[in-house]
Amino acid sequence: MVDEFQLNIGYELAERIGNHGAETFPHECCGALLGRDSAFEENAGGASSREVLELFPLVNRRDDSPRNRFAVTAEDVLEAEKAARKHGLDVIGWYHSHPDHPARPSQFDREHAWPWYSYIIVSVLSGKPADMTSWRLNDDRQDYTPERIEIRNRAAV
Amino acid sequence: MAVKVIIPTPLRVYAAKKDSAEVSAQTVGEALGGLTTQFADLRKHLFTDDGKLRSFVNVYLNDEDIRYMAKEATPVKDGDVVSIVPSIAGGCASA
Repeated sequence: MVDEFQLNIGYELAERIGNHGAETFPHECCGALLGRDSAFEENAGGASSREVLELFPLVNRRDDSPRNRFAVTAEDVLEAEKAARKHGLDVIGWYHSHPDHPARPSQFDREHAWPWYSYIIVSVLSGKPADMTSWRLNDDRQDYTPERIEIRNRAAV
Repeated sequence: MAVKVIIPTPLRVYAAKKDSAEVSAQTVGEALGGLTTQFADLRKHLFTDDGKLRSFVNVYLNDEDIRYMAKEATPVKDGDVVSIVPSIAGGCASA
């Protein structure tokens, strides 16, 4: 079991997630995180490292309750996976915003999350991006483990 | 019929880290059955105890949702691609 998770992301991509949340405020934004996890590489060993290398912004399909819910269609997920494969990447997680709420997963988030994925949450307060956190659902689906976000000061590959 | 089954990232840990598998099947249900025969650990993540597909799991044959075809009885042909697609949702309200 890994004691501590870490998600690496370039400064520009992290900023784009916050900006997406600001654009859709007061509604939630969402999108896919495309990147690499070293655990899937040949001869992987030891602790895995995970890096976001591209974003795939999506439209929040929850027209009934877009201020506090997000959902994407299965077709959106398929499109995100195709986009990832085109870049030689994988869908390693998802991001969404919490408008005027803290960047912590809700019970609803937990009930709809999958283990393994990284879930980035950006808090958007009065229309401005604030805290950004990342989480991984435990295998028993009962709780999350926080994932440290390492923002790297370089452009995306 | 030889079909390819695409395995989404969160389920690859139960499938020897593979992103896809080739199986021989006549229907989508048989393709998924063939996959879980190869990778037994996948079974409980795809199916409930009584053998139904889990509600947060969608299955596509090429670009079509099998729910709008003959579901797991949907026939497959050589070269078809079966995709296992996780449902993705969330949001800040708790209830």
